[in-house]
Amino acid sequence: MPRPPASPPPPSYRSAAAKAALYAGLVASAAVALLPLGWMLWAAFTEPDAPGLTLAHFADLFARFPVGRWLANSLFVSAAQTVLVVLTSTLGGFALATYAFPGRRLVVGLMLGTLFLPSQVLLPGLYAVVLRLGWADTFAAVVVPGSVSAFGTFLFMQAMAKVPAELVQAARVDGCSELRVWWEVALPVVRPMVGAYTLLAFVGSWNSYLWPAAVLLDESNYTLAVGLASMVGLPGYEGRSGVLMAATLVAIAPPAGLFLWLQRDFVAGLAAGAVKG
Amino acid sequence: MRSRTRLAPYLFLLPFLVVFGGFFLLPLVQSLGMSVRAYAGPRASRPVGLAHYRFLLVDPLFWVAVLNTASYAALFLLVQVPLSLGLALLLNARRVRGRALFRLAMLLPFLAGNVLAGVLFTVLLAPGSGLVNRAVGMLLPAVGANLNWRTDPVLATVAIVAAVAWLTVGWGMVYLLAALQSVDRQLYEAAAVDGATPWQRFRHVTLPGVRPVLAYLVLVGTIGGLQLFELPYVFLQGLGPRLRGLTVVQYLVIRGFDRGDLGTAAAVGWVLVVLITLAAIPQLRRMRGSQ
Repeated sequence: MPRPPASPPPPSYRSAAAKAALYAGLVASAAVALLPLGWMLWAAFTEPDAPGLTLAHFADLFARFPVGRWLANSLFVSAAQTVLVVLTSTLGGFALATYAFPGRRLVVGLMLGTLFLPSQVLLPGLYAVVLRLGWADTFAAVVVPGSVSAFGTFLFMQAMAKVPAELVQAARVDGCSELRVWWEVALPVVRPMVGAYTLLAFVGSWNSYLWPAAVLLDESNYTLAVGLASMVGLPGYEGRSGVLMAATLVAIAPPAGLFLWLQRDFVAGLAAGAVKG
Repeated sequence: MRSRTRLAPYLFLLPFLVVFGGFFLLPLVQSLGMSVRAYAGPRASRPVGLAHYRFLLVDPLFWVAVLNTASYAALFLLVQVPLSLGLALLLNARRVRGRALFRLAMLLPFLAGNVLAGVLFTVLLAPGSGLVNRAVGMLLPAVGANLNWRTDPVLATVAIVAAVAWLTVGWGMVYLLAALQSVDRQLYEAAAVDGATPWQRFRHVTLPGVRPVLAYLVLVGTIGGLQLFELPYVFLQGLGPRLRGLTVVQYLVIRGFDRGDLGTAAAVGWVLVVLITLAAIPQLRRMRGSQ
């Protein structure tokens, strides 16, 4: 495994005992992280007290609950929200990082001032706005409010501040439109951040519960998180670990797939953010 | 070309500004207005001044919610931050093989989110059949495999803290590992030349190097902890033993959506804003001070 260039030489684990302790600690920690997921797989594919693997829990799950529908709903809502929030955040961040214009300080101030506000304080007001628009029980009520992010816009404003001004100027001299400067000059510079933020936005949207549960009323409109939460308390499902774990597996597969695809960008993007502090 | 660059930033910001204004700033102001009105339905209301805020001050249930939430947030930080730092230090050791693989394994739980973690821990901790109870039954036959993690207040607290730690430790570890890897290695060499002990090296080189990231994790952990809701809601299926599932957001949801009392719910939201601001100020000050 190649060592990162700035890797420090902290405590040397030279003795064999120290080395064994190091790996024991790492393996135990990884095991604790993975064990619940392993148990999920095992419980989803086995029958208690019966040998061999089974797909019965999945058959049961899809027969009794509109899980296919919930999965499609979640995929649509989260994909739409993620694409929109990445677009609006990179465009807005580019504008704030690259141009000096009247009102810029006001926008940045508003974003910073609301960065740490808990989203729950919006619930009653947002509920009123959505009712007034006639959006109760629609996907628009979930997708539209989540299609912009002060955090994301701020993130890309900071990342794109590093795009060299000469590069932007050279592209303009070459006849690039401003939109092409964003696409061909700024976005490539922050590519790992785009990957990291895409994953973050998708996972956040995929797992969000409170707002979707408040506005999606009909069972067939539920997202997976809302549907899954509604299953836990059903009488008779207390002991039906297999069905619950099959549902959890269905729910975790899409973000896990995206994570495996984007994980290199993700770690690099987080690291870039962390070093800045 | 000059007029083009004058108009472009506004066009690029337009989608953000429209949605941010209409679905963030407007509802925010609206929530403030709703917090001083009493609602008989979404459209029938009358002004009541600060009555909701006065009610919250004297409602013992709200105080239980505030104390529960604050104690959970404190417990999360006490568990998560040291574990994240410990793991980052282990992974940062020289010549660790499979560093990327360990990091991947430890980061995977963050994908689950609060609802899935609540379901996962429900099954993991189920009396009799759950993995944890089977292990307890085997290792401690005197205790047996029928511990009920949902009905005992201490066990329920342990379960919720453990589930949150499972979700967040790897996440914090990735941040800290990145910070550790950016500490100037010459500082370590200088410390070694000066004959510093490992503890002195940690105290005077490593810790100052990761302090901004530690402050950031404490800030994010505090804010997230004070918004705790989904995990206990799913895991305890109600308010839980001795109301251990009653958090501030749970209180807001019960008021606003179960009882249709949107005015009080809005007031709870604004009290939460005040609580989070109070908790965040020392962290923000520390972050600014360390830069």
